[in-house]
Amino acid sequence: MLAFLVRRLVGAFLVLVAVSFITYLIFVKIPGGDPAPRIAGRLATDQNIADIRQKLHLNDPFYSQYWAMMQSLFTGSLKSYSSQLNVVQEIKRGIPATLSLTIGAGIIWLGFGILVGVISAVTAGRLSDRVITVLALIGISMPVFWLGLISRYLFAEGHPLSFLPDGEYVGLTVNPWQWFVHLLMPWTVLAVLFIGFYGRVLRSNVLDTINEDYVRTAKAKGLPPRRVLVKHVLRNSLIPIVTLFGLDFAAVIGGSAILTETVFNLRGVGQYAADSVQSLDLPPIMGVTIYATFFIVLFSVVVDLLYAWLDPRIRPT
Amino acid sequence: MATESTTDFSLDSAAALAADEGGAIEGKSPWLLAWRRLRRNYVALGFLALFVVIVVMCLLAGPYAHHVAGTGPNDNHLGETFTRGGKQVEVVSKGGFTGGTFKAGGIPVGPQLWHAGGKYVFGADTQGRDVAVRLLYGGLNSLKVGIGSALICTLFALVLALIAGYYGGWVDWVIARFFDLIWAFPVLLLAIALGTALSINGFHHFGISIQSGSLWIPTLVISYVLIPYIGRPLRGQILSLREKEFIEAATAQGAGGVRVMFSELLPNIASSVLVFFALIIANNILTEAGLSFLGAGVQPPNPSWGTLIADGQSRIQTAPWLAIIPGIAIVLTVLALNIFGDGLRDALDPRAKVRIEH
Amino acid sequence: MPERLIEVKDLKVQFATEDGIVRAVDGVSFELARGEVLGIVGESGSGKSVTAMTLLGLTKEKNTRFEGEVLYKGRNVLAMNEDELQEVRGNEMSMIFQDPMTSLNPVYTVGAQICEAIQIHEKTDKRAARLRAIELLKQVGIPNAESRVDNFPHEFSGGMRQRAMIAMALACNPDVLIADEPTTALDVTIQAQIIELVDRLKDEFNSAVILITHDLGVVADVADEIVVMYAGRVVERAPTRKLFYDPQMPYTWGLLGSIPRLDRPRQERLHSIKGTPPSLIRSPTGCKFRPRCPHAFDKCMEEPRLENRVEEPGHLDRCWLSVDEKRRLREATIAGEEEAA
Ligand SMILES: Nc1ncnc2c1ncn2[C@@H]1O[C@H](COP(=O)(O)OP(=O)(O)O)[C@@H](O)[C@H]1O
Ligand SMILES: [Mg+2]
Repeated sequence: MLAFLVRRLVGAFLVLVAVSFITYLIFVKIPGGDPAPRIAGRLATDQNIADIRQKLHLNDPFYSQYWAMMQSLFTGSLKSYSSQLNVVQEIKRGIPATLSLTIGAGIIWLGFGILVGVISAVTAGRLSDRVITVLALIGISMPVFWLGLISRYLFAEGHPLSFLPDGEYVGLTVNPWQWFVHLLMPWTVLAVLFIGFYGRVLRSNVLDTINEDYVRTAKAKGLPPRRVLVKHVLRNSLIPIVTLFGLDFAAVIGGSAILTETVFNLRGVGQYAADSVQSLDLPPIMGVTIYATFFIVLFSVVVDLLYAWLDPRIRPT
Repeated sequence: MATESTTDFSLDSAAALAADEGGAIEGKSPWLLAWRRLRRNYVALGFLALFVVIVVMCLLAGPYAHHVAGTGPNDNHLGETFTRGGKQVEVVSKGGFTGGTFKAGGIPVGPQLWHAGGKYVFGADTQGRDVAVRLLYGGLNSLKVGIGSALICTLFALVLALIAGYYGGWVDWVIARFFDLIWAFPVLLLAIALGTALSINGFHHFGISIQSGSLWIPTLVISYVLIPYIGRPLRGQILSLREKEFIEAATAQGAGGVRVMFSELLPNIASSVLVFFALIIANNILTEAGLSFLGAGVQPPNPSWGTLIADGQSRIQTAPWLAIIPGIAIVLTVLALNIFGDGLRDALDPRAKVRIEH
Repeated sequence: MPERLIEVKDLKVQFATEDGIVRAVDGVSFELARGEVLGIVGESGSGKSVTAMTLLGLTKEKNTRFEGEVLYKGRNVLAMNEDELQEVRGNEMSMIFQDPMTSLNPVYTVGAQICEAIQIHEKTDKRAARLRAIELLKQVGIPNAESRVDNFPHEFSGGMRQRAMIAMALACNPDVLIADEPTTALDVTIQAQIIELVDRLKDEFNSAVILITHDLGVVADVADEIVVMYAGRVVERAPTRKLFYDPQMPYTWGLLGSIPRLDRPRQERLHSIKGTPPSLIRSPTGCKFRPRCPHAFDKCMEEPRLENRVEEPGHLDRCWLSVDEKRRLREATIAGEEEAA
């Protein structure tokens, strides 16, 4: 077990190194030409550009350039080129909004995804299944930012069917109720896509599991249908869902909610990345990418452990 | 969507069907059987037709712009007027007092449908450009990027998966790690980073030269970031196929690598590839929209459905059609593909509700 | 006269599928009394499993249609509602399946799965159920049952899993144990042990057994009576000794020719009856075995009834050949099989 963990963590570390290196290459090497003015952004002064050259060791070989960047990232001294704000601080500032969005939406999408998946699997082929399937597919087919835009247009304050505030994040410690109502719309919008997707996946898992031999065994034992469904069918068909959830959750914390954050102006980590991309600000993008990859890699280790706990067959003994 | 259709069969309809088809399933090719199932799935076919209609409409963007709307996708008509029912209407309102009431300026004209003889069917944007024309041209771009990236992505993933699955060993190890690495990136972030970096000067390495405004940039970026999403499951399938006897038999008879890959392995995963392909187009159209919305995809003034929504975002109060209409176009296209893909999967791999065991 | 537990009367089971109506079971009748072992034999696809599952009402689905009767102690299983069926399943009739690798739920311990069966039918507490589970595991010959009870199925070998399945099936002292190809997925050496175990436990638990197999050799030593099925029909039915000494159907001869022997390589028996079983959607007219029968003649275009044609009263078959002809052809066929092999 310990060896397994150590091996996974070493692998995770290597992935982090590789990802950061690739991100570095993407921004410094791919575009070609002299990177300094570009990194400095559209509003750079000559002094900025000279600073950058010096700071990034642009005259040194690329590995020491990379190394310098990483050093400043981990000592927390990395600064944005366009705003001169500390990148690590800025990311930390975005984390509460991003975490609030992710956790709330995660609870909604997991709960409703399971509900929807179970209902449509149990009634497979009947009207309720068909209706759910159509709704789920529509949910999957909508661009999340468009859905956000439309909901704001319809339901946010000052609009036709207004009953919710319009975007922005209010800290949980500042005002819990405002925190909640401000996030209600972003949560729902972000969750819609996942509900559709999880519903579909779970439905097909359940329909596969129902045909398993051990389910037939359970019926042959004389168990009531509800118990067969919950203890034998669902217990097994939820295993892949849990894994999926871990990875999606990590991806959303790591910035996959860029679009939702931007549309609702939540000022989370994702939006910070999106804004920095607009101004071609390399340090924040490096920072956010490392931060995001950290979560993705961390959660993939957690998911492996969880998987082993849920499925005795792969439990290391 | 018409999945698990078996549960719907009553004994009578089953008998009727069997008589109508004139033969039991024994000995028919799986493709024929799949076609038979698909043919009965009217919903899936209906949505396939919808997708085809959308594609054809976008392909007709040029003739429409020229003959019906009488304007190009990037032509401004600020300060101009057009006739509607004999009256002159401003394309974008100038504002000010008319007849004693104040009217805000800069508001484009709303959807005219057919009342203006084919002009401004879906209204105008703030530059006075014809939204319907831009919608069709934008759709063409979105479809090019979506379908093009799906093709490239599927092709690369397939070849990598075939090589990994066939050779195994260290080749497989390298390819699998390559998939893992892309997988570890947050997809959208990677795509945005790449899209932005490439849109500065274009790409000029390894003898390949792509200009910065080119549609190839979003197409290639999307193909690249989604490779593991297809490559991983395909590799898994091929690894399990390798154990099967017929592959060993072919290898034992001295069939070469390429032979085995393309004439033995490929036909066995072809149905999965086909389903993936339909669904990945849908997914890529959405990804393109997201990228363009953030400014890292199709570059202005080139329209795409994503950029149209981004443009309309700030005018959602005064000119809501600007954001709503391209969104509906995306939803319809993606939905059509998703429903068809779903039906295709059910037809190719009917998840046997019936246990057939011997 | 021992108590009659099961009586199946002209049972038909049909499934509606998108390819047409599958007549999986088409007029099957047999009886089973306490203490008896009934063998059901036939190639795969002949409707054995469907028959067995129907006895427990496990084939009830929207797309299934039944005809005939399945009487358990005089009550018609086909007419029972879900609650009544649950009462019967596992408690009065229980079943073990072909593949022990997939028939146990991988996420629960073996003990938990046995206890589940006990607790659903008997109002016992957890501790008592667990003790009983250990006791059962001992009875089916699992060593170290006290610690093995907490193992997961994947920690058991195939043979042990099948023993655990048997323990689970016997947990509530059922009257009837249905074993559907319990040894097909197991090694030959373990096969015999499992069959012997079932036979012994039948006496210990004072129940009756239906033993299903595609291999006549498996039931030869334990069955009292054998039903031979083909394409959803009973084509021959006789006390075991009669069936082996004086088989009447050419199909049965084929099955007899395919009993594995030490002097024959294993694979060859798979090909001993030429051709494949017919479609159950569009089955051949007349005798269902006609297209594959080397002795078919004009009369076979009309289907023979299942009736007694030899001196022995309980011996029924469906074949138009005269008894003398059969006996003559049979010698040649079985010998020929031997030579070909
Ligand atoms: N639920 C079902 N729906 C449709 N056909 C079925 C179903 N269950 C079994 N069959 C068909 O019925 C026939 C008999 O199956 P089975 O009883 O499992 O055969 P055996 O156990 O003798 O090998 C097979 O052709 C099988 O495909
Ligand atoms: Mg069977």
